[in-house]
Amino acid sequence: MSDVKLVAVFAENLPGQVARFTGILANANVNIRWVAVSSTGPFGVMKCLVSEPSMAYQALKHEGFVAKLVDALAVEVPDKPGGLHAVADCLAQHKLNLDNASGFIVNNRAIMVLEVSDPVLAANILRRKGYHVLSQEELGL
Amino acid sequence: MFWDQKIETLDRNELERLQLQRLQDTVRRVAEHVPFYREKFAGLHLKAEDIRSLTDVRRLPFTGSADLRANYPVGLLAVSYDATLRLHTSSGTTGKPKALFFSRADVDNAAGLCARSFVMTGITPQDVFQNMMTYGMFTGALVAHYGAEKIGCLVIPAGPGNSERQLMLMQDFRTTFIHLTPSYALYLATFLEKHGINPRRDLSLRKAFVGAEPYTEETRRKIEDGLGVDVYNSYGLSEMNGPGIAFECEHKCGMHLWEDHFIIEIINPQTGEPVPEGETGELVLTTLCREAMPLLRYRTRDITSVITEPCPCGRTHRRLNRITGRSDDMIIVRGVNVYPQQIERVLMAQPGIGRNYLITLDGLDDMTVKVELGEAGFDGQVEHLVKFRNLLAEKLRAEILIRPQVEFLPPGSLPISEGKAKRVVDNRKL
Repeated sequence: MSDVKLVAVFAENLPGQVARFTGILANANVNIRWVAVSSTGPFGVMKCLVSEPSMAYQALKHEGFVAKLVDALAVEVPDKPGGLHAVADCLAQHKLNLDNASGFIVNNRAIMVLEVSDPVLAANILRRKGYHVLSQEELGL
Repeated sequence: MFWDQKIETLDRNELERLQLQRLQDTVRRVAEHVPFYREKFAGLHLKAEDIRSLTDVRRLPFTGSADLRANYPVGLLAVSYDATLRLHTSSGTTGKPKALFFSRADVDNAAGLCARSFVMTGITPQDVFQNMMTYGMFTGALVAHYGAEKIGCLVIPAGPGNSERQLMLMQDFRTTFIHLTPSYALYLATFLEKHGINPRRDLSLRKAFVGAEPYTEETRRKIEDGLGVDVYNSYGLSEMNGPGIAFECEHKCGMHLWEDHFIIEIINPQTGEPVPEGETGELVLTTLCREAMPLLRYRTRDITSVITEPCPCGRTHRRLNRITGRSDDMIIVRGVNVYPQQIERVLMAQPGIGRNYLITLDGLDDMTVKVELGEAGFDGQVEHLVKFRNLLAEKLRAEILIRPQVEFLPPGSLPISEGKAKRVVDNRKL
């Protein structure tokens, strides 16, 4: 089992789609830690890291979104030059493909959200290297 | 099971003898009573007694939908206005409708053909029939209604739509068979799924007669899965009574066309000449028993072919293959002839998308196929959606020879059709 789950939804690239998405999460009392919107022409995908992924998923589905829970990693990266490089290099050495990566800062900690080909293996490798891989519970804080 | 075993299994020679006798009688009656045909015969220097064999049917003039409109409202009547018992109009989309009259015998015959069509799949008087076709001027509902009553089934005249009520009726009255359009059947399947109804467990439904719009084998399978029924392909058209013209027997392998009531021809729609036996072309039908409004060589615009091999069920009436399109539905995009059914065939075979679709034509000649993305088609990655879209466009190109744009929409965003589906929106400025 992977450590954290992103909630992803399919949406048309139209005004108001993000607001609809965030509105549903607000009504479900779900706290958004991180959000990413990627679009390609007429449609796109919105992803978020939230305190309660399954609740968010159900709420979005209920409101008619095509939604999916996506396995991901949230790893704490030292806030210094080369910090992210060390993580990326470590995954590369194990031939793990990095599909998406972006970061955010919470409580003065730099957190990278990674989507990799094998999140369970990646988490184990990073933990062995001494990185702090966050659990879902920690994100709920 | 047979409704009328003698006539349904009549020896081919006897059947053809009966056809000729009825054809001659029909030709005599229209020559005498219908000015439209009298003038056509005069123009062809044709007399009723010139029809001496079944192949002489080719000497008769065609009747087209334009002739029905031109002779609206009563120009094609072969009996007095008083002798008519029921009026239907065609579900035509533009201009004046086609007025279609039935005498008492015509109403009875139409019901009888529907009774045959239902009984050959195993329907008995114990069955409960929920009719989801549109009641009113359209023949689809009333003719089937009368057919099921003739058998002795309980008939629930529900009409289409209002799916909550359909479900309630099916549950409370233990409906065993339904009659509906493929687009509504797909919608109903989605509706049941959404409401947590497992039809095999929660309903008594066993059979669905699906017709009034052409559809594909893939659609049949989706309906069978979604409604938990056997789907029988059902062909009819209002100009020829409505439903019950050609339905499938229990073998579900082609639709027996009741040849004691109709003469079948398959022609090349461009030249009007017959195609070689077994080949595909436009279906042309001549009524043999119609009193009020006999029609000679009616151009149905439906594209199909005839199966000549005998059917294991023992019926001698030949079968039609699934209607592959309507020559009227054909759209021309960038010089290529495209039938919406070709697109449907690709979409229905594709996991990850919903059952509803819309084809739009814009600008000069741009074709867009809009489909609703399903959960199974989405893994959260935008790149995979792009790949999926390209795959679908490529599959469509392989089928229709031009590459359309494919657009993904959220579920439920395409218009829901509870009657006849409108699949093509043409906004082109050509």
